[in-house]
Amino acid sequence: MWALLIRDLRLAVRAGGGFGLGLAFFLLVAVLVPLGVGPEGDVLGRIAPGILWVGALLACLLSLDRIFALDFEDGSLDLLTTSPIPLEGVVAVKALAHWVVTGLPLTLAAPVLGVLLNLPVGGYGWLVLSLLLGTPALSVIGAFGAALVVGVKRGGLLLSLLVLPLYVPTLIFGAEVVSRGAAGQAASVPLLLLAGITLGAAALLPFAAAAAIRINLR
Amino acid sequence: MDLSVSGLAVARGGIAVLEGVRFRLMAGRALVLRGPNGIGKTTLLRTLAGLQPPLAGEMSMPAESLAYAAHADGLKAVLTVAENLAFWAAVNGTATAEAAMTAMNLQELRDRRAAHLSAGQKRRLGLARVLVTGRPIWVLDEPTVSLDAASVALFAGVVRAHLAAGGSALMATHIDLGLAEAEVLDLTPFKARAPVAGGRMGAFDEAFG
Repeated sequence: MWALLIRDLRLAVRAGGGFGLGLAFFLLVAVLVPLGVGPEGDVLGRIAPGILWVGALLACLLSLDRIFALDFEDGSLDLLTTSPIPLEGVVAVKALAHWVVTGLPLTLAAPVLGVLLNLPVGGYGWLVLSLLLGTPALSVIGAFGAALVVGVKRGGLLLSLLVLPLYVPTLIFGAEVVSRGAAGQAASVPLLLLAGITLGAAALLPFAAAAAIRINLR
Repeated sequence: MDLSVSGLAVARGGIAVLEGVRFRLMAGRALVLRGPNGIGKTTLLRTLAGLQPPLAGEMSMPAESLAYAAHADGLKAVLTVAENLAFWAAVNGTATAEAAMTAMNLQELRDRRAAHLSAGQKRRLGLARVLVTGRPIWVLDEPTVSLDAASVALFAGVVRAHLAAGGSALMATHIDLGLAEAEVLDLTPFKARAPVAGGRMGAFDEAFG
């Protein structure tokens, strides 16, 4: 499984791997929103948590269909299915690789982009913490969605439609953590719910995704 | 290490293609599957590899004993030959990547990216992947596609060595590999009846596939 993680990370950073795609998208959102909304500092500060979370979520969505589609096209997925690694493990590792390539850089870049959106000073710690806890859920739920559309030509659009509703709770609680934190209120309840979503998704969805892949490979 | 199959029926796209297939492959033996295009060779091999369930019948083989190689080699274009093989060796928990590269004459190409290989070279790499699985029963779908005569002979030698070491091989191929000891099974007699003639339909959920 370690080998699979290393391979996926290596593929992501080599030419055409898509590393940085999500990050660039996130940057664009954070740069363009202030230009569109206007320079009022308090308006920007109020919408900053939501914008940052929506930006991170959409950036995550960009690279989801690559999780399994590339391996399906070149036959690797068939071979991984017949390999000694359990398919559930394959799904979990590929979701982890997706998170390392997209979720983690987004989390690290978010404070810098928070400056562009005039995020109140108290919110930065909560922003990083909420993204750190919430983006793994985005990757795992996304891997499940990608498993559902494996083998579907141009499945990216279908994938977005399937996955977006599942992303809503993560978005609501994630943005809530940041806005409460930025306003100086207690943010532990949405934070715990966010962590709960991530843990629940990471525990259950690899099994569902593996079942979906088995059906799609027939 | 025997692979035995009896009364096996397999379906593709919700329609049975083969039924009543029976054979037994013992250690040290090779079996070549023949039959016209569309008879269901690939479907049969995928079923044996566990990628799809059989419609009916029995398959018995030791657990985790099958190495499956399909038309697609599962190579990553941006990884080198050595990296591709090392990955599959690590997945299978073996350390035979070097030996496999030597056996399939890939040492000269080891630092070349898979994207820059010719079709035949890719195929040799795909077959080297079967070697690094370290599994005894090889299930190979058209293993010699795009190989030149010298490579076919090389591959036949590799198969012979595998058989001599107690392994076995099940291959769907049209090319004569020069393996005199291989038995041939023609699948034409096992062709499934059409559904209108009372043949079997696929499972319920396959209708949506």
